[in-house]
Amino acid sequence: MSELFIFFEQIYRILFLLVPVLVSVAMIVWLDRRVWAFVQKRRGPNVVGPFGLFQTLADALKYIFKEIIIPASSNKVIFILAPIVTMTLALISWAVIPFSETFVLADINVGILYLFAVSSLGVYGIIMGGWASNSKYPFLGAIRSAAQMVSYEVSIGVIIINVLLCVGSLNLSDIVLAQKDLWFVIPLFPMFIIFFISALAETNRPPFDLPEAEAELVAGYQTEYSGMMYAMFWLGEYANILLMCAMGSILFLGGWLSPIDLFPFNVIPAPIWLILKILFLFILFALIKAIVPRYRYDQLMKLGWKIFLPFSLIYVVLTASFLMYFDLLPGN
Amino acid sequence: MIAHAIVFYIFSLIAIVSAIMVTVSKNTVNSVFFLILDFISISCLFIMIGAEFLGMIMLIVYVGAVAVLFLFVVMMLNVAQQKNEWFNSSGRSSHIPVGLLVSIIIFFELIIVIGGWKYKPDLLDSIAIEINTDLTNTQSLGSVIYTDYIHLFQLSGMVLLVAMIGAIVLTFRQRSGVKRQSYFKQISRDRKDGIELVDVENNKGVKIDA
Repeated sequence: MSELFIFFEQIYRILFLLVPVLVSVAMIVWLDRRVWAFVQKRRGPNVVGPFGLFQTLADALKYIFKEIIIPASSNKVIFILAPIVTMTLALISWAVIPFSETFVLADINVGILYLFAVSSLGVYGIIMGGWASNSKYPFLGAIRSAAQMVSYEVSIGVIIINVLLCVGSLNLSDIVLAQKDLWFVIPLFPMFIIFFISALAETNRPPFDLPEAEAELVAGYQTEYSGMMYAMFWLGEYANILLMCAMGSILFLGGWLSPIDLFPFNVIPAPIWLILKILFLFILFALIKAIVPRYRYDQLMKLGWKIFLPFSLIYVVLTASFLMYFDLLPGN
Repeated sequence: MIAHAIVFYIFSLIAIVSAIMVTVSKNTVNSVFFLILDFISISCLFIMIGAEFLGMIMLIVYVGAVAVLFLFVVMMLNVAQQKNEWFNSSGRSSHIPVGLLVSIIIFFELIIVIGGWKYKPDLLDSIAIEINTDLTNTQSLGSVIYTDYIHLFQLSGMVLLVAMIGAIVLTFRQRSGVKRQSYFKQISRDRKDGIELVDVENNKGVKIDA
């Protein structure tokens, strides 16, 4: 009986987390388009609902009623699995994100490794979709994207090591609490910049959106997808972007902590701070989409392997030596 | 406890079935996908016995990197051509004895290992390293690898480095006559070396590639 109770309680908590995440994904798509339009001096979506807020819901409704076309020569099982994998992986990683000291679904020991592992699995949705379509452009897009994501994961991993050296724990709540006095964005500022750029590449955002470069590959791995399946790719992509923003704010911007522990700031509940930081990072993402031209593929690879990786490795050595010299290493 | 057992059996069932499917399925890409499923369920089993660090590293290294490269290679092969070759070819009988031999050897090795546990009940007690149960397994792994056995760790790192350099040297070839783009050259171009203003004489033209 009590096990059943725990089961239903967990399902309730999962729903309580996932529904807001899905709604905010819809809102974030709208925000993305608005920011993009703002930079280009357009209006952006402003018709459906107040300020066009319901535009994404209208789009989703449209996708639901569109026909799902499955190419005759595709590998049907994998073709259908691909968007499901993308969407699932984008959502399960939210389980470990701490919204406040107590409000976290699964406070596991290796939270940051879990996030890293799930984001490294994200490449499968894209490869599966690209390969199963049995078509040239999706396959090229999938190959590009796989190479890109594997490369930038390496530099994200090294950046995470930098943060972990300062924390001494893989638990996400510990990582946030370690920034009580000083957010890691200040001592590790170069790493924050590199993390931000790698996150852009990892989520296939412009200027690194080569997997779906429309001028060369039509729509990359999504070319053959239509209707709800396309919408799932799209939702998964934005959920991943939000997740990367959350990861950035937890690793560098102090997670749910308020910037200063003074009266008007510390009464604002902790989750609000995390959401504000995620929004701040997301607006940066959206601005960059609007103002930076797309990279060439060889430039992208060179940036990842020949600049970011050596630089962040050197920074690991620097951080470790600094902590060692001033005896600041976090003990057990 | 019952839930634990059920979850354990689900994951082990998935692991075994997908391991069989890796060898049985005719499409090589499907084999790789089953291999990935196998890796994932095994890392779930790792997590269930409390080795969460190993489970995550298994996911990151094997599923996130190694299997992606696997998938790359397999997808690039001309799958349509080699499909079913294995099952239809007349040389089928020549593969099976080798496979049987290998699997029998592995089977006996497993029996010896599992039997060894039975023959020596104090095997766990005879382990040289003291296991501190207060530490999380990430911390204890870290202290074992980076403190107790640091020299062996460095040595294995050197072996890997040599292997990496070897792989690069084996596959590296300098091709001549390839036009390469240099970013610095491209970025540092300005109006002066990009544009030249010429007074063109009538009916004479200009030589472009001067």
